[in-house]
Amino acid sequence: MSMILLIEQLLNGLQSGLMLFLMAAGLTLVFGVMGLINLAHGSLYMVGAFACAGVAAATGSFWLGLAASIAAAAAAGAIVEIAVIRRLYRRDHLDQVLATFALILIFSEGTRWLYGSFPLYLNVPDALSGSVTLPGGIRYSLFRLAIIGAGLLVAVGLFLLIGKTRIGVQVRAGEADREMIAALGVDIRRLYTLVFALGAALAGMAGALVGTIQSVQVGMGEPVLILAFVVIVIGGIGSIKGALVGALLVGLTDTMGRVLLPSLFDLFMETSAATSVGAALASMAIYILMALVLIVKPGGLFGARA
Amino acid sequence: MTGTKTGIHRETRMTKYLTTTALALSMIGGAAMAEPVKVGMITTLSGGGASLGIDTRDGFMLAVEEAGNPDLEVHIEDDQRKPEVAVQLSDELIQSEEVDILTGIVWSNLAMAVVPGAVRQGKFYLSTNAAPSQLAGKGCHENYFSVSYQNDNLHEAAGQYATDEGYGRMFIMAPNYPAGQDSLSGFKRFYEGEVASEVYTQLGQTDYAAEIAQIRDSDADALFFFLPGGMGISFMKQWAEAGIDMPVVGPAFSFSQDILPAIGEAAIGVKNTAQWSKDLDNEANAQFVEAFEEKYDRLPSLYAAQGYDTARLILAAMEKADVSDADAFREAVRSAEFDSVRGDFAFGPNQHPVQDIYVREVISEDGTLTNKIAATAMEDRGDAYAEECKM
Repeated sequence: MSMILLIEQLLNGLQSGLMLFLMAAGLTLVFGVMGLINLAHGSLYMVGAFACAGVAAATGSFWLGLAASIAAAAAAGAIVEIAVIRRLYRRDHLDQVLATFALILIFSEGTRWLYGSFPLYLNVPDALSGSVTLPGGIRYSLFRLAIIGAGLLVAVGLFLLIGKTRIGVQVRAGEADREMIAALGVDIRRLYTLVFALGAALAGMAGALVGTIQSVQVGMGEPVLILAFVVIVIGGIGSIKGALVGALLVGLTDTMGRVLLPSLFDLFMETSAATSVGAALASMAIYILMALVLIVKPGGLFGARA
Repeated sequence: MTGTKTGIHRETRMTKYLTTTALALSMIGGAAMAEPVKVGMITTLSGGGASLGIDTRDGFMLAVEEAGNPDLEVHIEDDQRKPEVAVQLSDELIQSEEVDILTGIVWSNLAMAVVPGAVRQGKFYLSTNAAPSQLAGKGCHENYFSVSYQNDNLHEAAGQYATDEGYGRMFIMAPNYPAGQDSLSGFKRFYEGEVASEVYTQLGQTDYAAEIAQIRDSDADALFFFLPGGMGISFMKQWAEAGIDMPVVGPAFSFSQDILPAIGEAAIGVKNTAQWSKDLDNEANAQFVEAFEEKYDRLPSLYAAQGYDTARLILAAMEKADVSDADAFREAVRSAEFDSVRGDFAFGPNQHPVQDIYVREVISEDGTLTNKIAATAMEDRGDAYAEECKM
């Protein structure tokens, strides 16, 4: 395998990892701060993609669509938090799983009712279409580069928000001791709604960006949700830094596994068997990674609670 | 009938018993004359892949409504693309609704869960889409018909087309599951060139950056891929974005009318193989395409055409035989005397179609993406498993 191909694949891994980070960041905040398992996080990702496709089709502007996706997912998140999630904080995890699973069904069928069952069209904006040649002669999709850029910006923004602002202090305090921060006079209900909406907005943005290069259809959120859970388990629940490292690890492991494992088996097996075995192992790679991390650090890489 | 039975039990005198029995029998006999043919349709109407089931249903029901035959009764159920749900529905349809014919399943794994049990219970199964090799070869059954194709057919035709075009080296790719492995072996069965690289992707994978980089790096002449549904949409969009100048060939599933609008212009020029196309020149097809567009306000897909043909086949068989006489009805279905939207249509020895398979090209027609026939890949193609079928 040539060096150029290897670097290109690393970029692909980085890109898919950063999109996973957008999903996982919201999930890990909600889990860490509120102690809530939110299965419907994938639905918010889908809401973002559909809002983007709908608005982009109506106005002809991808950028308006992207803004709409963030707004729609944040609004959907806030509404869901106030109407349903709020009642679940004190319940046990099984109740939360049941209720948020119901939300998945409601979101999926609601979206189908609004948009129909056929996948929607959403394409890369003209300004970002095509590919560019990077130093070293690597040709890479401009839109994917933009996704990497956007993912890094959001990561930096989140670190500043959590580490340097008053809201961030409250979020971290809420994570450490819920009762105490309520006793100190912080409006915990408002804080929860805010965190939930923020997580939803990030998921919606990821949905719109990923939907642009993949397909916008009902049920698109669930496969990503599973990966996002793997990410937060690896990274450690509640940790933004863990989500970032976990997402990059998962993205790179998945991409490199898919590329390298079949070629590895090809060295000592017949080609068609090697591709089959390699592909099968590649699909397990991230779960093997998760198992290894949990053996060494049961609380995840950056988990506060072991 | 239940009412008559209780009546019988209440009567004690022999003569009355006999009279009532005779009366009841005559009533049953009378009912049989007007007894409708009950069809149970199990298809995917919700969740991922619902667009395929919806098109199947809409095509089927269009034919049913056009015929206006009051003796045909259709029960439609949603399998949610889950094998266990499909099995439960088929039990329900067979036991409570007492259907005569089952149809409609889109996915091969669901068909494998339902079909063997249904035909063993003496029901007919007419497939509108899924036709796994297991049911075409050793597992064939006299009550099982595939009206669509045998699963390998479209891949074989793509292999034949690649050979005809003189592509010397092909990059081939499919998801790592039974239908994906069948796809690549079907392709290789008729492809005479060299396989540059063979890649299995994950089922449900949506990001193909890694595979596209490998394709760019390979020295293949052309690409063959089988990625049904959302996987195909994602791949084609990313492929177009990568700007690789390489011909693309695939089975119709990734370029069917239900998903073309979501792929957009990235699909234009792609060659795909199918046994049906909207521009096939025959009267039944012209009438079907017009009526479908009129009724549903969209162009029909391959699945809609298959659903339509299946309903027409059932209706034609009903004209010739009574479904209660299983042997006669089976013969009537086997003779396949109906005007298929595919033109010529016949069943082979394993009750799978023998038909022409075409190469279609994706074009833009008045701003709408659709397919147009470019060539005939295979004529009167049966399938590779017919010999193994001992019926």
